[in-house]
Amino acid sequence: MLRDITIGQYYPAESVLHKLDPRTKLMATLLYMVSLFVFRGAPGFAVVTAALCLVIWLSKVPFGYMVKGLKAIVVILLITAVFNLFLTPGEAIFTFWKLKITYEGLQNAGFMVIRLIYLILGSSILTLTTTPNQLTDGLEKSMKPLNKIHVPVHEIAMMMSIALRFIPILIEETDKIMKAQLARGADFESGNLLKKAKSMVPLLVPLFISAFRRANDLAMAMEARCYHGGEGRTKMKPLKYRRLDGTAYIIVFVYFAIVIWIRIA
Amino acid sequence: MSIILDKVNYVYSEKTAYQIQALKDISLKIEDGEFIGVIGHTGSGKSTLIQHLNGLMRATSGGIYYQGQDIYDQDFSRHKLRGKVGLVFQYPEHQLFETTIFADVCFGPKNQGFCKKDAELKAFTALRSVGLPEDYWYRSPFELSGGQKRRVAIAGVLAMEPEVLILDEPTAGLDPKGRDEILDQVAKLHQERQLTVILVSHSMEDVAKYVERLIVMNQGSVLFDGTPKEVFSHYQKLESVGLAAPQVTYLMHDLRKHGMQVQGTATTLEEAKHSILQAFAEKGKPIC
Ligand SMILES: Nc1ncnc2c1ncn2[C@@H]1O[C@H](COP(=O)(O)OP(=O)(O)OP(=O)(O)O)[C@@H](O)[C@H]1O
Ligand SMILES: [Mg+2]
Repeated sequence: MLRDITIGQYYPAESVLHKLDPRTKLMATLLYMVSLFVFRGAPGFAVVTAALCLVIWLSKVPFGYMVKGLKAIVVILLITAVFNLFLTPGEAIFTFWKLKITYEGLQNAGFMVIRLIYLILGSSILTLTTTPNQLTDGLEKSMKPLNKIHVPVHEIAMMMSIALRFIPILIEETDKIMKAQLARGADFESGNLLKKAKSMVPLLVPLFISAFRRANDLAMAMEARCYHGGEGRTKMKPLKYRRLDGTAYIIVFVYFAIVIWIRIA
Repeated sequence: MSIILDKVNYVYSEKTAYQIQALKDISLKIEDGEFIGVIGHTGSGKSTLIQHLNGLMRATSGGIYYQGQDIYDQDFSRHKLRGKVGLVFQYPEHQLFETTIFADVCFGPKNQGFCKKDAELKAFTALRSVGLPEDYWYRSPFELSGGQKRRVAIAGVLAMEPEVLILDEPTAGLDPKGRDEILDQVAKLHQERQLTVILVSHSMEDVAKYVERLIVMNQGSVLFDGTPKEVFSHYQKLESVGLAAPQVTYLMHDLRKHGMQVQGTATTLEEAKHSILQAFAEKGKPIC
């Protein structure tokens, strides 16, 4: 049940995208996100869609698997659509009491929903093809310059990678404790809100205790292996750009230029 | 009255890259009052199997029947089933949450709908039967040692007065004394209350000593199913799947190899002693 959350999960496969340097992918994702808010009109839309399709195809991640991640944002999509639909002023096509649907509203809602879906799909390709470790490595390296103005880049990256690593562990733990309490006749589903909230106590107390215990153990283990922060620390697998990354950068920049050009022209 | 499994299959993370078939066509019949041991190497599907018996996991395909009723039926209450088939998890101490041990043990009976008094009475009996000294009962469960926590967790399930008690490696990480105490108590419950017990274990000595029937799991299927004697007579096959027979079985086989007329099938110390003494007696040698 809880395991079915696919958003932000890594999907192992042998593809070009999996082989790219995480920094390249981060940059590409950033530019792609910007382009989503820059593009205009049908030609722009066509280019953005084509790019997304190409990347999905290149990633070798099953499309169905990717779409499953969208389930999590259905509510947000609906809210966005409804607000755009009713609150955009313009030429009314349908009026009901004080609410009116305008032609512009319809257009806006459509574009906004598509934008959000593309945004999620685009960024989930980043996480699907990059292991959490690579991702934080990439972030750390790209943010290195910020160290000069005393931003603790390494610490932030370390915290992120630990947090990411803990998500599946905590999900697993929740699953285990839930089952153990179910076996003792606990009921997490029925009853009113108050009763439901109360029924969470047997789940949350052991979960917190185990999370603290794990955090404590991890801190001990890190200390035992002489961890002392980022200063002078070397990497086992240092990030290195390869020819593939160069090509990828060129393609991404060309894509971005085209989107901008369509917008200006 | 029994539990029947009919061609049960279970697949973890179905239709993803991490798909694993944990159970393959398991068919079993568990009779009332049996003391069953389940062994198998790590990852062979033991924990997965037993979580099907009380309906916590739903088989991908196949059927499970508790006393003739299909537990996947629409109107079958799996909530009630969990009171009848009590399951103690691997490392159950992680499920404790109440402020006192006594309150924690009351959790199960309360969920079954018993009033406070009845629940407390059941908790009282359960805590007694796992042998936890009374001066601990009103302390926080988090102040206990690992073995004591384990007892409290077992009591938490016993308090629901199940007809079937399933224990997933109840002795993992305990010292030999704690291990024997817990298992002796379980064996006593089995005898006194005709409780059906299913014991998952990694210790061949333990299962040889306590169980009447032994099920060997290998990569999601049942490899052997019989009395410990029968199963351990296939000790070479067991070794090839990462298991072994009890130490004494090896000793007896070695003795036979060297020409001593002992039973090669002995699985417990008692049997071995008996058989060796008999061999000496037949030879007419004096025994000291
Ligand atoms: N939550 C899960 N998600 C995915 N796969 C799982 C999960 N739990 C177990 N598995 C897999 O299912 C198989 C059987 O696991 P199971 O826990 O039943 O083994 P086990 O026999 O109890 O092992 P152990 O002796 O270590 O407790 C293993 O291959 C394991 O990797
Ligand atoms: Mg197990």
